[in-house]
Amino acid sequence: MMMRYVREPALWLSLLLVIGLGIWPLVTKSATLREDMFLILMFVTLASSLNIVLGYTGYVNFGHIVFFGMGGYIGFYLIAIKGWRLIPAALVAALGVAIFAIVLGSIILRLRGAYFALATIGVNEAVRSLVVNWDAIGGAVGLEMNFGRYKDYGGPMNALWYTYTLLVIVAAASVMLSYFVRTSKFGLGLLAIREDEDASLVLGINAPRAKTIAYALSSIFPAMVGVLFFFKNGNIEPGDAFRLHMSVEGIVMIMLGGYGTVLGPVVGAGAYERLRGFLLTSPLFKNLQLAFAGILLLLIIIFVPSGLVGWLRNRFPKVRRILA
Amino acid sequence: MKHLRIILSVLFILALLVTACSKATPTPMPTKAAAQPTKAPEAKTKTLVLGFTASNTGKYAKESKEQTQGLKLWAEAVKKKGGIKLSDGTIVTFELKSYDDESTKERVQQLYTKLITEDKADLLVSPYSSGLTAAAAVIAEQYGKIMVTTGAASDSIYKQGYQRVYQIYTPASRYLTGAVDALKAWDPNAKKLAVVYEKTKFATGVATAAKEYAEKNGFEIVLFEGYEKGTTDFGPFINKIEAAKPDAIIGGGHFQDGSTFAKQLYEKKTPVKMIAILVAPAVPEFAELGDAAVGVIGPSQWESLAKYSPESAKAAGLAWCGPTIDEFVSAYKAAYGYEPGYHAAGGYAAGLVLERAIKMADSVDPDAIKAALDKMDVMIFFGHIKFDTGEAHGLQIGHDMVYLQWQKDKSGNLVREIVWPEAAKTAEPLYPLQR
Amino acid sequence: MDVLIASVVDGLLIGFVYGLAAMGLTLIFGVMDVVNLSHGALIALGMFGAYLLYTGLGINPYIGLFFVLIGGILLGMALYGIAIHPLLHGPHLSTLLSTFAISMIIVGVGTALFTSTPRNIDISMGALTLGPVRILGTRVIAALMAILMAVGLYIFMYRTHTGKSVRAVANNRDAAELVGIPSTRILALSFGLGTMLAMVSGGLIATLFPFSILSGGTYELKSFVICVLGGLGNPTGALLGGLILGLIEGFIPVFMPVGWTPVIEFTLFVIILLVRPSGILGAR
Repeated sequence: MMMRYVREPALWLSLLLVIGLGIWPLVTKSATLREDMFLILMFVTLASSLNIVLGYTGYVNFGHIVFFGMGGYIGFYLIAIKGWRLIPAALVAALGVAIFAIVLGSIILRLRGAYFALATIGVNEAVRSLVVNWDAIGGAVGLEMNFGRYKDYGGPMNALWYTYTLLVIVAAASVMLSYFVRTSKFGLGLLAIREDEDASLVLGINAPRAKTIAYALSSIFPAMVGVLFFFKNGNIEPGDAFRLHMSVEGIVMIMLGGYGTVLGPVVGAGAYERLRGFLLTSPLFKNLQLAFAGILLLLIIIFVPSGLVGWLRNRFPKVRRILA
Repeated sequence: MKHLRIILSVLFILALLVTACSKATPTPMPTKAAAQPTKAPEAKTKTLVLGFTASNTGKYAKESKEQTQGLKLWAEAVKKKGGIKLSDGTIVTFELKSYDDESTKERVQQLYTKLITEDKADLLVSPYSSGLTAAAAVIAEQYGKIMVTTGAASDSIYKQGYQRVYQIYTPASRYLTGAVDALKAWDPNAKKLAVVYEKTKFATGVATAAKEYAEKNGFEIVLFEGYEKGTTDFGPFINKIEAAKPDAIIGGGHFQDGSTFAKQLYEKKTPVKMIAILVAPAVPEFAELGDAAVGVIGPSQWESLAKYSPESAKAAGLAWCGPTIDEFVSAYKAAYGYEPGYHAAGGYAAGLVLERAIKMADSVDPDAIKAALDKMDVMIFFGHIKFDTGEAHGLQIGHDMVYLQWQKDKSGNLVREIVWPEAAKTAEPLYPLQR
Repeated sequence: MDVLIASVVDGLLIGFVYGLAAMGLTLIFGVMDVVNLSHGALIALGMFGAYLLYTGLGINPYIGLFFVLIGGILLGMALYGIAIHPLLHGPHLSTLLSTFAISMIIVGVGTALFTSTPRNIDISMGALTLGPVRILGTRVIAALMAILMAVGLYIFMYRTHTGKSVRAVANNRDAAELVGIPSTRILALSFGLGTMLAMVSGGLIATLFPFSILSGGTYELKSFVICVLGGLGNPTGALLGGLILGLIEGFIPVFMPVGWTPVIEFTLFVIILLVRPSGILGAR
């Protein structure tokens, strides 16, 4: 079964793109490039995973960032307070968040359309407020990590490179997961739910179970990314961990790149991050970064709703084999 | 027609992508570039890049502006002197490089990484506020750069094992202890205290320390509660405070929430005998509250009426360096048109401390500068500066707070007077408040 | 006991203003089934509108509200044409994202123009002392204006021809067209009304608390909670929901730490969505 995938150019293209971008700073040993790529790969992961729920299943999840925040908190707590190492902490965080997603998903996935979207916002805000009031994990002030912890990884510089390498692996894994879901029978079921949920029920698809699985799958990699991100930053605060804005940026990236495709979120994340970085440091556009993103989103929604990759696929059916 | 629209939009998007992917050369915000033409052509000039972020926009804008102005005034003074002369003839000058962090942590980490890796900053000064400084300190320490922090009082930053971060301000744990002492001295019968604070690193640290200190001194804490950062409606909270019937309210957060809180306390005519809140009363713009400001006490890292001078340094057996208080105040007034508050003084002090460290180390080598900072025990216009070198490396252990209170002078103008400690007093305290 | 009375009064007063804001959101949803994610940004625009008229032209903010009102309707109709009309027949996601894009544009341009430094409208309307309670004049006036607007909206919707057309379109767009109602124009007007309500409530809030272009977000979240509480699409429900939320915000701090208010609000929000999505008064 696995051999079939080795022969699929679409998978190779997506993976090579992600890994190629990821390896670049490792080869040039440039810290600035690493920092830029870190953000890009982080968003590639967030967008790819969100795509499973948004693009494939058609459910608008505005609160996707709650997985990032929860994962970040669980992992950071284990590392900073309990002294765990990075990889075990990330894995446990992902497991914990996935369980949360299964429980939460089975409750709120009953809602449809706008109601579901609003509920996801409510969940994110509720979790954030809860963390703010929970002093055992830092409350509003957050948690800090003793700088000496970096010594376990050979000093801060080594720790930063190590974390980055792990992120490249996580980003590649999330793209692979997205591809496997897309091309599997399970994924077909999700697409059917997206097109017409009631019809899919008639066809025998166990929609509630499928949706919940999708929701849980989409939570794993953001959780890991959260752990890596906050480990690198050395501290975590509720305001940074549950920023609703990041969820929405994820949605913009998916729409920009291609809604419901594997390559779309990758392209969209890369393009959006580059654009954002450029606008932020240019004194002329610094403050208009958000406005530009808004105009971009509006134009895409109205004129090119299937995004860049989606448009290419529609226009040139021949590329469908290599642009998944 | 439909195709045309789609093609145009795709072209637009592609154009954006192309511009984005081209290497963007970021331009830092124009700050003073203090490259000084040397007098003697043979003497070597070494220009050190001093990097920092300022909150030009966002909720810390007012305090940060004062701090940056202070730092820039110091840089001007060095420039006027022709730089720092080392014993081997090298002349050291400074180039300031800064960006707007918009009062957000995310920007701080991105920008300090940029200052270090792209702008090749040699030395760093912190942003304003403990929260942002904690974020910056990690980056500084990760790259091994020395950072002097000003505008950041939280103790917790110095418990993380950093070795190159040095604090100018008196730590948060000593912020409101004096207010408790003052209340005890002015009114032995006042026993009930309400401690209300902004839920930030800084204010939470101050409040917790103040609570413990007050309890040790026999006070009853009738309310100990924090409010969310960004609260604008203190109505329900003030109702709760009034119900607890405290004699005094202490706490607060930063300028924005502190001044709103003070204003709403006045509007509700909350019957309390003393109000001591953080940060806000020490910013000159607090006066805009008008009558709501009268009687409000604030702990201050420094006031222009303080008694630090070369004479008092000698009396304490300490070396003195830098301008006197009067010199600093007049220079600031000449440059900016109004009297400086403690945020500005802190900014100036940060630069001055680095200047002295370089002079004492007689070198620009980071390890030598670090050694000089570790050994520093000096009095400047800002007060006594000495750093902890033990577990809480970098914590400020020499400096103390004074407490100011807004009062109306004979012509009815609002002025700041020092009302505590007794030795530093410039006016009698207004107690109890007439509300 | 005094605390309770003071809290109830404070809560009710601010509740009217919250309700006014939420009415805008719920009206748009009721008429065209669109969740307007630019609601918060529009509230912030209203805040700045009142602020600029006051500091720039010296117009009393309460009078300035009138201009904000007109501006709101016009802006809303324009936004409808740009972001809603082309997408009405598409999936829900489209209008969600397009209104969100509008919000990004407004906040982005606003931050560039005004920066995120907090602002204040400094007017004092004195205070009334009724027994144990001290009520601020500004709050009373804000509540009165909110009630006035709500009554005005009611009269419009039930007593004028245009208002009835709006209700007709909300009920069944195709049927309304069959009886000769220009549905597109009515939809545009409805969006304009929703925008206007958001902006006017923003102007009122600006007289009470400090704000910046980013403040809209908090009130947008509150509006969502209120709309769900009162029933999406039901303006009376929105007003009721606003009062309930105001009361909750006044009450909770009395019994537990102030910080718990948002937790309770959002948990309540999610619970209502799950248990009775049509809200207390039922959606329309």
